[in-house]
Amino acid sequence: MSSYSVTAASPAQKWLAGTLVIAYALITILPLLWIIATGFKSPADAIAYPPKVTFDPTLEGYVNLFTTRTRVTPDTLEALGEPATWYDRIVRQYDMVIAGPSRFGERFLNSVIIGFGSTFLSVFLGTLAAYAFSRFKVPLKDDLMFFVLSTRMMPPIAVAIPIFLMFRTLGLSDTHTGMILLYTAVNLSLAVWLLKGFIDEIPREYEEAALIDGYTRFQAFTKVVLPQAATGIASTAIFCLIFAWNEYAFAVLLTSGNAQTAPPFIPTIIGVGGQDWPAVAAGATIFLVPVMVFTILLRKHLLRGITFGAVRK
Amino acid sequence: MTDQPATSPAATPAERAARATPAERAARATPPRVARKIRGLSDRAIAWIFVAPTIFLLLAVNIFPLIWTINLSFTNFRANRNREVDYIGFRNYERILTDSDIWLTMQATAHFLFWTILIQVLIGFTLAWLINRKFRGNDLWTTIIVLPMMLSPAVVGNFWTFLYQPQIGLFNYVVSFFTGADPSSFSMLGQVNLAPWAIIIVDTWMWTPFIMLICLAGLRSIPDYIYEAAEVDRASPWRQFWTITVPMALPFLMLAVLFRGIENFKMFDLVVQLTGGGPGSVTELTSINLKREAFEKWRTGYASAYAVILFVTVFGLASIYVKALNKVKAR
Repeated sequence: MSSYSVTAASPAQKWLAGTLVIAYALITILPLLWIIATGFKSPADAIAYPPKVTFDPTLEGYVNLFTTRTRVTPDTLEALGEPATWYDRIVRQYDMVIAGPSRFGERFLNSVIIGFGSTFLSVFLGTLAAYAFSRFKVPLKDDLMFFVLSTRMMPPIAVAIPIFLMFRTLGLSDTHTGMILLYTAVNLSLAVWLLKGFIDEIPREYEEAALIDGYTRFQAFTKVVLPQAATGIASTAIFCLIFAWNEYAFAVLLTSGNAQTAPPFIPTIIGVGGQDWPAVAAGATIFLVPVMVFTILLRKHLLRGITFGAVRK
Repeated sequence: MTDQPATSPAATPAERAARATPAERAARATPPRVARKIRGLSDRAIAWIFVAPTIFLLLAVNIFPLIWTINLSFTNFRANRNREVDYIGFRNYERILTDSDIWLTMQATAHFLFWTILIQVLIGFTLAWLINRKFRGNDLWTTIIVLPMMLSPAVVGNFWTFLYQPQIGLFNYVVSFFTGADPSSFSMLGQVNLAPWAIIIVDTWMWTPFIMLICLAGLRSIPDYIYEAAEVDRASPWRQFWTITVPMALPFLMLAVLFRGIENFKMFDLVVQLTGGGPGSVTELTSINLKREAFEKWRTGYASAYAVILFVTVFGLASIYVKALNKVKAR
């Protein structure tokens, strides 16, 4: 006979709870599935009424996302002969030819460069600071830690005014370097708080043993603490990356032609008569899916990341 | 330790002597504690070297701009013009605090804050409580629910304008499917009475999982033996819920509300993409209003004073709240 527990839910309770949660989850992912589906619809299917759940999938949205196209007369089209590639064929249905690549590739690459650059810097600096805060008597430690956190309370737009002026003076407006530095500074508070939590959890005895073995403090840090903190550093890095990846307010105010990232760009993808929804959805899919994958990989540390390490389990 | 430093006892004395630098020779003659300081940097030096870059960067990108903003807030500076800047004292502050449009913005923000937090707390806590029944597959479904929270609010917000379109939008279609209303008869983003709710719905969709996750951690932190004791005392489930579950999860819930409060007070990207502050200015939250003043009207001095007021407000409210939170925790 299995032991009777007063705290475990009865099968009926579990069934009901499960049904309700699953219902909520299905509603929640519906908009996300809709984004992915819309990316594979033709423009006509995308704006059909009633909304189409089944449709003939096409890569039109993706072709439109990556190319710019011009309309040509039927005579010119005829003169061009048979379309050479599958994407040429898709475009020619609409009496158009591909004029060149769109800016999406560049914008996406900017997101990658700025995202990874700022993540590397903030995790690097954050690990050093977190180790110092965790292990040494830093004067005014609590005040400094609170200062680090309080920098996150300011509305980005409020900080953007002087940063805009500062970047203009220093020639950093619309540059990758400027954006990397800015995102590093914004992410540092998260990195320091999270990493301090992770390093706090590594027993000091390991380092002390290493020091007695003749390691210097710096060697103890690089050879004992860093490998132990690897998981923590990796998940902190992913959080920083996701933040930099998603950031919009600074990007829209401080960048335009050169260093613009994908979030300000995707909403500006225009087709004939308004937004080209399949292309927008295609761009959104390419942009959002990596984050979804990271979220799933990170689920064990998610809580910690979103609360700056305040809640750990 | 596989990778031993050069001066470890493993090396033969001859090898060591060959490699020894003057510092190492001194180190061997001194007690270990002093030796460590000579061979490497002292702990104190390392602490400073490790902390300095972070503090420097935060000073440069946060504190210096803040001081600059405070300075600008007493001027009539306009960033798009090259003219002489005058110090005008508290005139900007006076103008902002007596401006009725700004009070409307504040009201819109308060409305947004109040309803998003209330709805998200109710749904989030309920979900956490249900997930904590530990039905099979709860991990998988929790992960699915969490997804929207991690996505780019600007990109997702932009796509929601598509879902909200009258006639062709999925949202209107689903509403009409369940209520029988004509899907083209209402426009969530175009109508003055619906737009504030449109942004609340999307914010709730995105951020309920945040409250849910934190509440779930709170519920999981309650040890089983408390419920077992209550069961022995024949406390009803209803009574157990209100005297054990809620009070013990409350600090977590309050922390979640603090985070959401600060975040939604700063709200910009999602709402800019959804409504841009419209129709009229019913969804013009403070951040959007501030952006208009600073980067469209280019009233830099005025906008700086506005920014200072917002910052003081967030900081003040957060400090009061943290005090309350600490009291609850101490109980």
